[in-house]
Amino acid sequence: MILNRETLINLVLAALLLAVPFAADALGQPFYITLATRIAILALAATGLNLALGLGGLVSFGHAAFFGIGGYVAGILAAHAFSGEPLLFGLSGTKQMWVIWIVAAILSGLVGLAIGAISLRTSGVYFIMITLAFAQMVYYFAISWPAYGGEDGLSILVRNQFPGVNTMRPLTFFLICYVVLLAALGLFALIRASRFGTALQAARQNEVRVATVGIQPYRIRLTGFAISAAVTGLAGALFADLNRFVSPSMLSWHMSGELIVLIILGGTGRLFGPLAGAALYVIFEYALGGLTERWQFFLGLILLVVVLFARGGLLGLLAGKAKHG
Amino acid sequence: MVEPVLQISNLVKNFGALRATDGVTLDLRPGEIHALIGPNGAGKSTLIHQICGTLRQDSGTVRFAGQDIGALGVADRARLGLGRTFQVSSIAPDFSGLRNVMLAVQAKQGSSFRFFKPVMRDKTLIDTAMAMLERVGLTARARVPAAELSHGERRQLEIAMALALGSKAFLLDEPMAGMGPEGSKSLTRFLDTLRREAPILLVEHDMDAVFALADRISVLVYGRVIATGTVEEIRRDPTVRTAYLGDHA
Repeated sequence: MILNRETLINLVLAALLLAVPFAADALGQPFYITLATRIAILALAATGLNLALGLGGLVSFGHAAFFGIGGYVAGILAAHAFSGEPLLFGLSGTKQMWVIWIVAAILSGLVGLAIGAISLRTSGVYFIMITLAFAQMVYYFAISWPAYGGEDGLSILVRNQFPGVNTMRPLTFFLICYVVLLAALGLFALIRASRFGTALQAARQNEVRVATVGIQPYRIRLTGFAISAAVTGLAGALFADLNRFVSPSMLSWHMSGELIVLIILGGTGRLFGPLAGAALYVIFEYALGGLTERWQFFLGLILLVVVLFARGGLLGLLAGKAKHG
Repeated sequence: MVEPVLQISNLVKNFGALRATDGVTLDLRPGEIHALIGPNGAGKSTLIHQICGTLRQDSGTVRFAGQDIGALGVADRARLGLGRTFQVSSIAPDFSGLRNVMLAVQAKQGSSFRFFKPVMRDKTLIDTAMAMLERVGLTARARVPAAELSHGERRQLEIAMALALGSKAFLLDEPMAGMGPEGSKSLTRFLDTLRREAPILLVEHDMDAVFALADRISVLVYGRVIATGTVEEIRRDPTVRTAYLGDHA
């Protein structure tokens, strides 16, 4: 098989992300491993959003809700496991990451289903605003809920566990996140090429056309939105474990905006758009943040340039226009 | 008498004080091309919207394939076999023509909730879609993004999608619009054969095409059908001449 240019760029990106932490580990620079882990997790969250935004054209300004819910699932389950207090219905907490992931994904997916069921009755600016409104509701709920830290957030004293490995070791935790990211990218690629993905992308391009062939766009979008929420929720759980801390800031609208920015920077609807965007974003944040406190001003400039002159984002620049078959 | 495929009875639609559809009764019989003509603002589009399900009538009934479809949405009506094309072609521009038709084929197969099998390796989808593209003469352009197709090719693509749905009736909204003389001629020839597949309700301004194709013509003026009849009957009808045809007849 001959690799096309985009596949090649994707492989290079994946390889680079894998190589940096190993190099950092060898050089005894754990900070760079954390940076790479942050990239992987943000890319995972944005890959979730990319399903809704990139494939479905659903500009959700509320994905922080799912990211935060995933984070709180990790924090709350860990807190209960630590204290030994039973959770709802006598269930106990857990320190097992994979259990936390499943709970985070399912809960975020269900909340996504509920939010989507209402929001998807609107479109355009109204959709953006209503998803924002729902996310803000979750945000203020978290702030006003003292049992789990309220405004101060919730610490995870010891990072949650994964069978057979030591998750406290930065490189190990990075590898866990990396594998989850690759799995999510695989899921994205499968969905994009599938019948469901065809209908979802067609609904983005032309809703009337989809209805005219007898497919209800609403059901397709709602399903896509829920899957998207579940993936972003899973990323939230990992993010909480990375920082060993979860707070309402994960739920704030800044986070929703950040995820959209990542996708636009990297390339909307592109498989590796979220990873390219997350890498750019985190590198900017680190490099510019070291020079000036006002690094976000420069990020804004870069975003402006991308939107005006490079609509396809970084991948659009490197790999050319997306092909849709 | 054979039962009509599509039967519209006493349809009424008001927009505020404006009665856009005023007691329209119309049917479409198997094997025929029934042309709907009328001046701009006569309520043709409003009527089409009510047939397709984008608008709900205030009163009256729409029956299709032996079933009252007046309360169904667009997608449900399409699934029953109401295939349509639009005044301005409605396609998924990023997809190739092939993938556009494959969307229709997968809808016909009733299976859009499959998440893992790549469509571009799905032979049943591709083969059926290619067969439809061949019927409308788009085989050579199958892999071109639909956005790059010409006006006429997009119209062919829409028809291929309607064919893929196994439509029991075609509702064609001004298919000749913007086609140019050569395109109109070849499309006229094609529609002439299409009626064997399923009857066509043809909304059209191009009178040459209408007179060449129609088995029956209905004339809509101010939301009312003022005449229905064969081409000859309509040509001779004095009310139609004053209301619409003018010198053209």
